[in-house]
Amino acid sequence: MTRKVLLDVKGLETTFFTDDGAVQAVDNIHFDVHEGEILGIVGESGCGKSVTSLSIMGLVPSPPGKITNGEILLEGKDLTKLTDKQMRAVRGKDVAMIFQEPMTSLNPLFTIGNQLVEAIRIHNKSWSKKQAIARAIEIMKLVGLPRSEELINEYPHQLSGGMRQRVMIAMALVCDPKVLIADEPTTALDVTIQAQILKLMKDLNERLNTAILLITHDLGVVAETCERVVVMYAGQVVEEAPVKEIFKNPQHPYTQGLIQSVPDMRYKKDSLFSIPGNVPKPGSIKTGCRFAARCQYVTERCTAETPALFELSSTHKSRCFLVEEGIKQ
Amino acid sequence: MLHYIGKRLLHLIPVLLGMTFVVFLIIRAIPGDPAQVILGQQATEQAMAALRAKLGLDNPWYVQYFEYLKGLLTGDLGESLRTAQAISSEVWPYLAATFELAIFAMILAVIIGMNAGIISAWFQNSWFDYVAMIIALIGVSMPIFWLGLLEQWVFSINLGWLPTSGREEVRDPINAITNFYLIDTLIQGRFDQFVVAIKHLILPGIALATIPTAIIARMTRSSMLEVMRSDYVRTARAKGQKMFIVIYKHALKNALIPVLTVIGLQLGMLLGGAILTETIFSWPGIGRYIYEAIGYRDYPVIQSGILIVAFIFVMINLIVDILYTVIDSRIKYN
Repeated sequence: MTRKVLLDVKGLETTFFTDDGAVQAVDNIHFDVHEGEILGIVGESGCGKSVTSLSIMGLVPSPPGKITNGEILLEGKDLTKLTDKQMRAVRGKDVAMIFQEPMTSLNPLFTIGNQLVEAIRIHNKSWSKKQAIARAIEIMKLVGLPRSEELINEYPHQLSGGMRQRVMIAMALVCDPKVLIADEPTTALDVTIQAQILKLMKDLNERLNTAILLITHDLGVVAETCERVVVMYAGQVVEEAPVKEIFKNPQHPYTQGLIQSVPDMRYKKDSLFSIPGNVPKPGSIKTGCRFAARCQYVTERCTAETPALFELSSTHKSRCFLVEEGIKQ
Repeated sequence: MLHYIGKRLLHLIPVLLGMTFVVFLIIRAIPGDPAQVILGQQATEQAMAALRAKLGLDNPWYVQYFEYLKGLLTGDLGESLRTAQAISSEVWPYLAATFELAIFAMILAVIIGMNAGIISAWFQNSWFDYVAMIIALIGVSMPIFWLGLLEQWVFSINLGWLPTSGREEVRDPINAITNFYLIDTLIQGRFDQFVVAIKHLILPGIALATIPTAIIARMTRSSMLEVMRSDYVRTARAKGQKMFIVIYKHALKNALIPVLTVIGLQLGMLLGGAILTETIFSWPGIGRYIYEAIGYRDYPVIQSGILIVAFIFVMINLIVDILYTVIDSRIKYN
């Protein structure tokens, strides 16, 4: 992989200042997205996936949230240093986002056309309404929405969930963003629609060469769509590898647990595997590995020292002492 | 839609009928005799009996009631006992005076109240939010007659900026055409009188606007706070939209329905004539008209006055219900 790095997140730290003190939802995260790539970010609820994506968009609810450290470089430009106005020019234009809930993510009181045209004209101020409508119809056809010319005058409640998510994707792609962040885009949809939406995203990625940051808790989705995966746990990156590598040779015990807990149709089991315990409360573990309490390989070192992200190869990293010891041997 | 409006108008009939009945009974239950009031303390018993017979007040109450209903069905609101004028021709100047004041007050209340609520929600927990909400709390709790007197004392008596009461200069009366003085003065090109009319509106307008402003501000704020947490507001921001447009376009339209309900109810109440404000500022409105009629035991005026007020109130509610469908296409009546 010698493709150019498009988005480079370096040491990102997002903190929520609550009444009970500061909580680091995202702690010193590193990852990069290459041109035209689909990168998956996987983890359980509450591991900081969504906060990471909102940090990139500059949409962390503030107060109480704030990016307290690190850089988010988009083609070398640090998004965390931009003014409000500069960031607005990036949002929707360079980085666009689609959300988990297509049912509530569209404004119920404006037509589909109105909302698409708005997205177009924010970043193309000189366009006439007619041009914008033509573009909206074009992009709606691209995402496979039937009878676009009529749909443009309809309201979100007249559309199904799958169609709404297509509208959201159309809205995100309408200004040809360099990076598309998809935060659990299929979670709220039923399985057949999920597959359609994933296929659509993969298609668009190939056709338009838009890099996609796919945030999900579903390893099946990752296996189907992504090239590389970043596994997050309790606000940290615990493993990063190409998708084939991660399924064949997972290194971090958490990743192994995640893969084991995916149901497999080929074997009949009495019960599904699940990782014992719960995700720790953000900020509750100061030293040691954050997964130690749930890990079956836990040693004394795991709670005494904090593991770094060890490199197994140039593409595979894991935050586990076992890996470090393995490398040393 | 037309079908729905027709149905709502049909529903009006029993509502108004029931209301005329209740009002009819209540005013006859208050002690006092119109004949006595008209003829004075020294009137003889024969004179009073003659007058009662002339006015039809000697009939049993149900006969009087059906006479009144019969009149209503032919569009006859009755005749004032005191002035012997047809109420339908007499009432308009009072109604127009109330409309002018109420609409003026409501425009003030909507502009100030909604913006205060929006900005409070936008900058929640800021000093603006705290100050605005404290003022709103004072506003809803303030006795209006006291506020009116305070205004007169400060702005008319001490500062001398604005007139204390009435709608016009007594020495330079406004020539009434529509009885909306702001319109009448403009039609006649009397800009000096237009300014005078506006000056007369300001103090009662503020007094009348106080409670609606406060209620609208509080309702807008809470409705906006709820909407601003919603996903589509985040979507609008993710498009790169300016916060101002996100709030005034995407959030406000969604927050509008409960606010509109409150505006409708408040406007209905203001159009019913604010008796206290109209009395303090000697505003010749419908509230004063009915209030004075009670003093004179002018039964037909009381009955028909209240009927008109109730009709206006119900119509405003109908208009608000129709406006819901304009704002939100998901709302459908059938």
